[in-house]
Amino acid sequence: MADFLQQVVSGLASGAIFASLALALVLIYRATDVVNFAQGEMATFSTYIAWSLMNHGISYWPAFVLTLVLSFLGGAAIERTLIRPVEHRPEIAIVIVTIGLLIALNGLTGWIWGAEVKAFDSPFPNDTWEIGNVAISQQDVGTLVVTLLTVAALWAFFRFTTLGLVMRAVANDQAASRLVGVRVGWMLALGWGLAAVLGAIAGMMAAPVLFLDPTMMLVVLIYAFAAAVLGGIDSPIGAVVGGLTLGVIINLLGAYVDFVGSELRLPTALVVLLAVLLIRPQGLFGHAVVRRV
Amino acid sequence: MARWLPIAIKAVILAGSVVLIAVLPRYMGEFRLSQFTFVALYFIALLGLNILTGYNGQISLAQGAFMGIGGYVSALLILGRPGLELYQLDPPGWLPLGDGMTPVFTIPIAGLVTGVIGVLFGIPALRLAGVSLALATFAMAVSMPTLAKRFESVTGGGGGIGLTLPETPFGWDISTRHWLYYEAWVTAGIMFLLAWLMVRGRLGRAWRSLRDGEVAAISSGVSPALYKTLAFGVSSFYAGVAGALLVIEVSFINPDTFPVSLSILLLASAVIGGLGSLGGVIFGALILEFLPVYSQDPPLISADFSTQAPSVVFGALLIAIVFVLPGGFAGLFRRLGLTITKLASRAGQARTRPAPSPSDS
Amino acid sequence: MPLLELRDVRARYGPITALHGVSLTVDEGEVVALLGANGAGKTTTLRAVCGMVRTAGQISFGGRSITGRSPENVARLGVAHVPEGRGLFTELTVWENIRMGAVMRGGQKALRENTERILSYFPWMQQRRDQHAGTLSGGEQQMLALVRALVSNPKLLLLDEPSLGLAPTITRELFAIVKRLNEEEGLTVLVVEQNAAIALETAQRAYVLEVGKVAVAGDSDELKRHEGVRKSYLGY
Repeated sequence: MADFLQQVVSGLASGAIFASLALALVLIYRATDVVNFAQGEMATFSTYIAWSLMNHGISYWPAFVLTLVLSFLGGAAIERTLIRPVEHRPEIAIVIVTIGLLIALNGLTGWIWGAEVKAFDSPFPNDTWEIGNVAISQQDVGTLVVTLLTVAALWAFFRFTTLGLVMRAVANDQAASRLVGVRVGWMLALGWGLAAVLGAIAGMMAAPVLFLDPTMMLVVLIYAFAAAVLGGIDSPIGAVVGGLTLGVIINLLGAYVDFVGSELRLPTALVVLLAVLLIRPQGLFGHAVVRRV
Repeated sequence: MARWLPIAIKAVILAGSVVLIAVLPRYMGEFRLSQFTFVALYFIALLGLNILTGYNGQISLAQGAFMGIGGYVSALLILGRPGLELYQLDPPGWLPLGDGMTPVFTIPIAGLVTGVIGVLFGIPALRLAGVSLALATFAMAVSMPTLAKRFESVTGGGGGIGLTLPETPFGWDISTRHWLYYEAWVTAGIMFLLAWLMVRGRLGRAWRSLRDGEVAAISSGVSPALYKTLAFGVSSFYAGVAGALLVIEVSFINPDTFPVSLSILLLASAVIGGLGSLGGVIFGALILEFLPVYSQDPPLISADFSTQAPSVVFGALLIAIVFVLPGGFAGLFRRLGLTITKLASRAGQARTRPAPSPSDS
Repeated sequence: MPLLELRDVRARYGPITALHGVSLTVDEGEVVALLGANGAGKTTTLRAVCGMVRTAGQISFGGRSITGRSPENVARLGVAHVPEGRGLFTELTVWENIRMGAVMRGGQKALRENTERILSYFPWMQQRRDQHAGTLSGGEQQMLALVRALVSNPKLLLLDEPSLGLAPTITRELFAIVKRLNEEEGLTVLVVEQNAAIALETAQRAYVLEVGKVAVAGDSDELKRHEGVRKSYLGY
């Protein structure tokens, strides 16, 4: 039983990372109708920036915040320069552009920082809390708390601020937004900026555990895709629920089902992805189908 | 005059290429030769991908995974049960492995097996389109290496399967690398011819009509189920052939020989070469081999992109192509060809037009 | 000087030309109707004003040229366009839709000054503030779209086929409100309508478009009385 709870908690923690990245994917999909294959690489890049800042003597939380700011600007810049020109082109063109971005960022990361694995500091002590005979990692709890705070802040932003309202309107109907005077282009850039921030948080939470190297988020991206599709590619709640659920399921399956073991975790997530796409494309909470006929 | 000019130019280019390919080995060492062998097999894989994604509009990020299937089929057939025993591998009894086969004969078999699997994949894929198909194929490409590692009794797991280099047949006095080069390019030529015939005929028309508007295609009697799964089957067949050639060339296969980065770069190269046209595929293959992002030598061990500047160039090139040259290299040459034809016909007209006589007003 | 003036405006959707030289004016305080059969170019004319299609020719608003300006810029200049299909934010609530009407054009101040006044024309809307706009009936949606357009106190209201999909009683109610707004508040309106009868009741002047050009123009009374015009162009 104790072991089960530990697995659940650590599943929730990895699920929180999936949820963050999945939320980023959903944000961009809702705003610009694009599935950003480069979301993971953008997150990795942000994490490396954080690493550099800390390497230059800046302490954790200031570096964290600065990284978020820079990631926001980077995400917005990418939308304005790379995505906006191909907005109206067929889907495959946009997919190719995000794939090109994936390839380029992956190379850029290795070029600037090298491919050797690096250690990444965590703000949370590498210790456990003992509750009864259950040992819960503080890193896991910290990750969960940070993610949930971020999700809450994002929710509040969209629900209570004017800017959030405008972004929701743009996600609902771009043409109608223009007719009431909204500069849609800037709202889309804002969406990409926020998504980049989410990705950066996911990366910085993952790095202490996964260790930092240029391919760190490639696998997380796949889990995030599975989570986003499971929850519903256009549902933010879905992304969070999907991420947490997937994290727990994967962890439990890996721990208790021999056939799955540790090697088939990823294919399991992919089976989930495929199953959802085929059986219930709108996921648990979504409305839109990830399909343009 | 202008009408046969494009055909004449194409014929000349084709003939020239054949001569070039035949003669090239004399001027290069073994390493270069191997690189050009890779160009040939990438060429084949890209032909298949172009048919699926370019002509039929189904985005696939799994071409590398299908190559992997072909590679494993070929490797298992070449070794045969006795060979596999040496590896302490004990594949299930129902697999029709013989006693070992000459590599060259495994190529079409690998192609066919992969093609059938492709058709099987194509059936559920009918329900997906655009981005969801890209995601599904991406999922497949990522899970292949993991599955290969998992089912060790068949695939040799992480350690992989090694093969001995085949011997040059017919007692020819050329090195094995030389022979493999010819093997690859002759295969490429056959596959190209096949692709050309398919694409210019009814198949090609059906594929393209489905790409350009499924509703309209259905109303003119084209069955999406038939032609779309067929497209998957054909492109997987090509991938299987390419995978077999790759395994024969490097004499080795393990789960990381065909990582997800290969699938991604194949799609990227197909775009750079030019989707929807066979003429540019060779450029995609050349770029894929010579832009050292995905180097085969030494055999790929780590399943990620080479982390060097070339990745940045590759990615930037891909984005630039989408922005500036959506037709890729093929589009570029088509435009050049049109310009030349236009200039030539104008010159021809000028010559045949009668000079104005003084009595004309 | 007219508030809105179109001079020889041509517009196309890709290779298809929809307007072949439309000229019209709308003065401040007027209601002008744009009539004609399906495909005559009425909606395209409104879209041209808002910069939603490729346009050539001269469009001026309040004396300034707005030809080819983006829709969001035209909106900020004080043009409120209620498109065909209403263009509501179906995922947002009634109140959020109304807020969006003013958020880029006057903001909180406009909301404070105008909301109560405009909602007095639509008393039922107050109670339904938190309902999702997508769940409203057709007529209610049309009225919400109107409120959203008006809350920014626009200089010009463009209405595209407001009667589309609505029962005759609701249509009459809607046009009655538009007429009141024009009479009581001096609202300037350019309304595109298939239902020529009701449009001519509300508007002072009308233009009839045919195949992308103005075929007939005049006061509503004239057009109503002229039987030839009515039969050929207005269908009644």
